[in-house]
Amino acid sequence: MHKRNGKLSLLIAGAATGALVLSGCSGAGSTSGGSDGDHTITALMVGNPQMEDIQKLTAENFTKQTGITVKFTILPENELRDKVTQDVANQGGQYDVATVGAYEVPIWAKNGWLHELSTKSAADTAYDSADLLKPMVQSLTGDDGKMYAAPFYGESSFLMYNKDMFAAAGLTMPEKPTWAQVAEFAKKLDDKQKGVAGICLRGLPGWGELFAPLTTVVNTYGGTWFEKDWTPKVNSPEFKAATDFYVNLVKNYGEKGAAQAGFTECLNTFGQGQAAMWYDATSAAGTLEDPKASKVAGKVGYAYAPVDKTAYSGWLWTWAWAMPKTTKHEDDAWKFISWATSKDYEQVVGKNLGWSRVPSGKRTSTYSIPEYKESAKAFADVTLGSIENANPQNPGVQPRPALGVQFVGIPEFADLGTKVSQEVNAAIAGSSTVDKALTDGQKLAEDVAKNYK
Amino acid sequence: MTTLATPAVKSSTALKPAARRRMGSAIWGVVAWVAGIIFVFPVIWMVLTSFKQEQDAASNPPTWVFTPTFDQYAQVFDRNIMPFLLNSLMASVFSTLLVVILATPAAYALSLRPVAKWTDVLFFFISTKMMPAVAALLPVYLLVKNLGMLDNVWTMVLLYTSMNLPLAVWMMRSFLLEVPREVLEAGEVDGAGLLTSIRKIILPIVSPGLAATALICFIFAWNEFFLAVNLTATNAGTAPIFLVGFISSEGLFLARLCAAATLVSLPVLIAGWVAQNKLVRGLSMGAVK
Amino acid sequence: MTDVITRADPKPEAPVVSPKGGAKDRWVRRAPLLPALIFAIVVTQVPFLVTIYLSTLDWNALRPGDRPFVFLDNYVTVLTDTRLQSALLNTVLLTAGAVIFSMILGLALAILLDRKFFGRGVVRTMLITPFLVMPIAAALLWKHALYNPAYGLINGIFGGSTDWVSSYPKAAVIATLVWQWTPFMMLILLAGLQSQSEDILEAARVDGAGAWKIFTHMTLPHMRQYLELGALLGSIYLVNTFDAVFTITQGGPGTATTNLPYEIYLTTFRKFEYGEASAAGVIVVILTIIVATFALRVISSLFRMEESR
Repeated sequence: MHKRNGKLSLLIAGAATGALVLSGCSGAGSTSGGSDGDHTITALMVGNPQMEDIQKLTAENFTKQTGITVKFTILPENELRDKVTQDVANQGGQYDVATVGAYEVPIWAKNGWLHELSTKSAADTAYDSADLLKPMVQSLTGDDGKMYAAPFYGESSFLMYNKDMFAAAGLTMPEKPTWAQVAEFAKKLDDKQKGVAGICLRGLPGWGELFAPLTTVVNTYGGTWFEKDWTPKVNSPEFKAATDFYVNLVKNYGEKGAAQAGFTECLNTFGQGQAAMWYDATSAAGTLEDPKASKVAGKVGYAYAPVDKTAYSGWLWTWAWAMPKTTKHEDDAWKFISWATSKDYEQVVGKNLGWSRVPSGKRTSTYSIPEYKESAKAFADVTLGSIENANPQNPGVQPRPALGVQFVGIPEFADLGTKVSQEVNAAIAGSSTVDKALTDGQKLAEDVAKNYK
Repeated sequence: MTTLATPAVKSSTALKPAARRRMGSAIWGVVAWVAGIIFVFPVIWMVLTSFKQEQDAASNPPTWVFTPTFDQYAQVFDRNIMPFLLNSLMASVFSTLLVVILATPAAYALSLRPVAKWTDVLFFFISTKMMPAVAALLPVYLLVKNLGMLDNVWTMVLLYTSMNLPLAVWMMRSFLLEVPREVLEAGEVDGAGLLTSIRKIILPIVSPGLAATALICFIFAWNEFFLAVNLTATNAGTAPIFLVGFISSEGLFLARLCAAATLVSLPVLIAGWVAQNKLVRGLSMGAVK
Repeated sequence: MTDVITRADPKPEAPVVSPKGGAKDRWVRRAPLLPALIFAIVVTQVPFLVTIYLSTLDWNALRPGDRPFVFLDNYVTVLTDTRLQSALLNTVLLTAGAVIFSMILGLALAILLDRKFFGRGVVRTMLITPFLVMPIAAALLWKHALYNPAYGLINGIFGGSTDWVSSYPKAAVIATLVWQWTPFMMLILLAGLQSQSEDILEAARVDGAGAWKIFTHMTLPHMRQYLELGALLGSIYLVNTFDAVFTITQGGPGTATTNLPYEIYLTTFRKFEYGEASAAGVIVVILTIIVATFALRVISSLFRMEESR
């Protein structure tokens, strides 16, 4: 009696698990798509407003015409970068298209992870690839001279300032200010009692956070992460002078909570009229000029990125659509990418959502659309000028070993930049010093350089 | 022990109505209320924020009076929340079922009818819980990828099952130990088969414990983020993945984030509130009847 | 009914039927266990074996192609790197801080809830709510809505412009964890309090024992095993804290809050040194086993508690 029942319970348990394992397998078959007749592609993107817009517009303006369904996943920048890198590096094949930043594209191209898009874009006359801004294409080009991702929107960096505050203090912002002038303005306009910071600068750790603006300061001060022969220069006098300048500026006249401030926090601080100046991405202007999202709309002046030893100092960044080699829907994926980065798409956005939301900074023609020019008249010229004058191959005073203005286009830089940024962040928070940060940074950079010498 | 049940005894202490004592209990009641409000306040603030405009959500000083808006919820639904909720529901429900199916017999073999080295086996189960998930992620990712099971809800079901199995075995074991031996033995003497004694004796006694175990496994599975973010993409993305998509590096997002956070937390909040007695019971490993 | 006196009684015999009998009987006993055991072995031990294998390779995922066998090199790299040591220390501090504070608060709240007062059910509902909120949502909520120096609620109510996350990074992470885990501790401890025999307490009161004396001499000894259970379960979950660190501080400033899970995550997903990450994982597992052998002693006493019921 006993024994029989024991066996029975084993049988039941076995059958139950068996059934579940089986159903698990069949589930696997049905959910992972990839058959030939299936016109569905998966897209991974960051949660920026331009990406939200395309999610809204795709069904009506793309799927209807082409029959291709696009499934979107949105992740924050850090998670997205971690995940796409992991997926592509291991040929996980979970995505047909993904938004990839300017930093990763040449590296991934070198690793053979991305489809080149030059052939397809050249064959497509309506796409007009000659219209794409040259620095953008440059920064998305691999060693073989082919483009590996299509720019969705691009940006440089510039200095935004509150015209009311400058007028009230009787100050005038030059079109191309120097950092020394900016520090002087910050000192004069900083008003702790009124809760107004002299300048807003990023302090949040991360190579793409704090080190985006900071590296441009290093560049124009004559510093660099590496010289052409990979000699690390993190503790050089120029790098140190730039970092000291930046840290002191933000400590003395920066926004409150600077150590935790990234783009969003600064956008909020400056947009609420709590800072006199802000040095950051050109893409901020669209939000600042929107009266619904900002209290300073119409009151903001725009100047070129402040300089010291160089003529221009703006960074160069783009979110671009790339197609991993692992995709099984190459043609559908290209159809989507070419639509998303086309002139037509800009019209679709302009007509449906408003011209200030056009994903700009990638095509010359964008800046001759009358409606766009009208909506962006305050900042369009400075933006275009900043992008055209950014040089990803030679952004400073010395030749560079790798592509990139505000980053070094090598895989190790994400880790290096983030670790050093954590220490500079500690210096901003007051718990460490710039000297220590850069001495440690030099050691880390030496480890990296060993891979290339 | 000849005493009655605890509540009856407790009420008997109230028969000494010293006014001072009543005062005292009123003061402690106030303290408890204050503590409760402090603890729940961040959640209330989250819900309040979700009904604000982005600008009000990010204002300094905080905005207390505002016209509520459903804009943020509209935006959340604009992003198509349903597939994510369904994936979470599937992963949580099926893994909970599987956990219960696996853990109950195992707990039985570790308590009422124990195998020879039951302590070692139980320690093994518990020790699997101590390994940090992040240390196992890389091999799990590579294995799942090679099996072609990335971005698949069933992968998450299996992983959540193994995540919750140790706790469930432990909890079910302590509930099974509550089955009075005398009753079980009496049943066996009467010739009741195993199935009969399970159905007639064991199940009625442990079913509240079973429900408690299931609830706790469901909560942990629903809330899991780390494995989900690394192993799912578009098809199997769960609710936490949907939530983090609202963090943006370009633009204000706090109000929308709060709206999304409120929505994705709601199922577990409701389940936990409604079944809080089960929660108490489960976490106390059956100490409270 | 559990109570002090029966617990004190030695009651060694546990199972209904003691484990004896022939080979067939042993297999009958094992049968219900096997599905769960096999499942746990396959899902947790196979990946671990893979981790050991990976830890002997020099494999950077960003450089495809070569992944040579380097034997123990990765272990040398990881063990000589001071980052792992500081991550270990941070793990201990974060876990201990969160467990201890949530236990103290949980005990205080449990004692409050053990009394009768108006709206006790409502207060209990409010108190368990933090435990039910999705951890990643809780971390985001604290970071953006409470700690934010410019528009966070804490500065909004108390004034000032303290940047909580960078000034007190560890405390910021611990406070979030304590907020989430206090209800958990409270529920376990409340169960312990309610399992106290009321007539013994009453007898002590009649004998003239003061409230404090009853608490220290009767309640606390009675609660010991519940405190141990809470500490153990809390530690098991909190030592693996990832969501809060990842969301609130990203391990910073500097490496002030980089705990072991986050350090391994950085090695895997930022450095893509799969070999090193695996080696660190193996080391963590070994450390865990060492700690676990101590923890298991606690568990043993908990099992004795269960059997004595």
